[in-house]
Amino acid sequence: MLLEVEDLRVSYGAIEAVRGVSFSVDRHEIVTLVGANGAGKTSILRALSGLAELCGGSVRYSGQELRNVRPHDIVRRGISHVPEGRLAFLNLSVHENLLLGAYTRTDGEGVRESLEKVYALFPLLRERRRQVAGTLSGGEQQMLVLGRALMSDCKLLLLDEPSMGLAPILVQEVFDTIVSVRAMGTPVLLVEQNASMALSIADRGYVLETGRVTLSGKASDLAQMEEIRAAYLGE
Amino acid sequence: MEHFIQLLIFGVQLGVIYALIAMGYTMVYGIIRLINFAHGDLVMIGAFTAYFVARVPGFGFIPAMIAAMLVPAVLSVIIERLAYRPLRNRPRLSVLITAIGVSIFLENFPRMIPAIGPNYRPFPQLITFREFSVYGNAVVNTIQITNIVASLILLTLLIGIVKFTKMGRAMRAVSFNKDAAALMGIDVNGVIALTFFIGAALAGAGGVLYSLTYPMIDILMGVWLGSKAFVAAVLGGIGSIPGAVLGGLLMGIVEVFATAFNSELGYGAGFIILILVLLFRPEGLMGRPTIEKV
Repeated sequence: MLLEVEDLRVSYGAIEAVRGVSFSVDRHEIVTLVGANGAGKTSILRALSGLAELCGGSVRYSGQELRNVRPHDIVRRGISHVPEGRLAFLNLSVHENLLLGAYTRTDGEGVRESLEKVYALFPLLRERRRQVAGTLSGGEQQMLVLGRALMSDCKLLLLDEPSMGLAPILVQEVFDTIVSVRAMGTPVLLVEQNASMALSIADRGYVLETGRVTLSGKASDLAQMEEIRAAYLGE
Repeated sequence: MEHFIQLLIFGVQLGVIYALIAMGYTMVYGIIRLINFAHGDLVMIGAFTAYFVARVPGFGFIPAMIAAMLVPAVLSVIIERLAYRPLRNRPRLSVLITAIGVSIFLENFPRMIPAIGPNYRPFPQLITFREFSVYGNAVVNTIQITNIVASLILLTLLIGIVKFTKMGRAMRAVSFNKDAAALMGIDVNGVIALTFFIGAALAGAGGVLYSLTYPMIDILMGVWLGSKAFVAAVLGGIGSIPGAVLGGLLMGIVEVFATAFNSELGYGAGFIILILVLLFRPEGLMGRPTIEKV
């Protein structure tokens, strides 16, 4: 397993957001964590990338413990996290945003290749490369942060609600991109409220409720389950 | 016309120094949204460092300048580490009050050190004084040239670093959002420390240049100088680097012209402009209005 999370706990003061969650992501997998608002999905990702402190449990990545490793060192080890709310650097140009994605890399030639790959994947970004990111629309910003994450040449991609606030046609485009990212060999841990979309592209899924995993299994099985259809797929 | 040009030279000479010092306020504010009240006192530390270094035989302007930039810069990094960083995630008021505390400490601790003490000290003449005629009776002297050239070099260097280097990109990223910057693999604490380092180095340089022009230094020299540079930073739009340059120049020029008109008016003139700018353009001349995130 590339990523193994065991009994993860995250608290904010007295509030326990994540109460002992275990899951794993293997190479070449898309794994999704689905659940309603407040189920602890974002907190899990923040703990994985070092932005939130672990109150208990362990996170093993390539066999190494990530607890107490600082966020920028976690990035250096190959985990790239696209946070909720996108967080493109709106004060920087599109090009500069992408370059920041490659901040930890020292292989100039490789960075140029990645840049070409990203521009090929999102031709729109090439057109707007000199533009300040703040002038992009929400969908374009989502493309930008996805591209930026790919610039890091990461070994594991964490995505937090990439479909949030996007028009349906763009949502489809974002999910297509996630599938092609995996096709390029990068496993993805996808956090989504849009459970039906997430389960349709994922290999495996975990359903979270108030900080605990209530169901897990193959994504296609989960998508068929009565409870999930009722609770998350709006049927 | 001669008189006008002469005043303009004085104004620019003073303005570039304000700009140098304002840069530290604006950079630190830009990166951690803190008004670093101790910043003005680093100007004084820089001036005193140069004062002592220049007494070493064989050490002239350049070594004094380098030392005067390094000492406040290192001190500033230590202050950030010990006083500000532990309060990073506390209410902003706590850090602000701490900064005032640091300022009071820096203004009063050197009093006890016999070599510094509370009295005014004559600043050594590091630049050979010569005058050149510019236009009619208007003259420019070597000190003014040194001030303007040195400031412009430092400001250009700074703007170049922030705009065109990887380090500068990291600084702008941290300034926009610390979490997002950390997720790029940027060492946020390192970038913040670096910002304090650069800001204080410029303040130290400003202290030396100011002391060349007004060669009496004392431990409270940073109070007025700091507050005027702070006004310059706000005037230009705090957080904006070009704004600090513009604000500094404007403060210097207005102050000199107002003083020429009436010697009592000088101190107040900059503040009148500040009030007007804040009334009609609260974000400052080049500041960006706060953008609400969507």
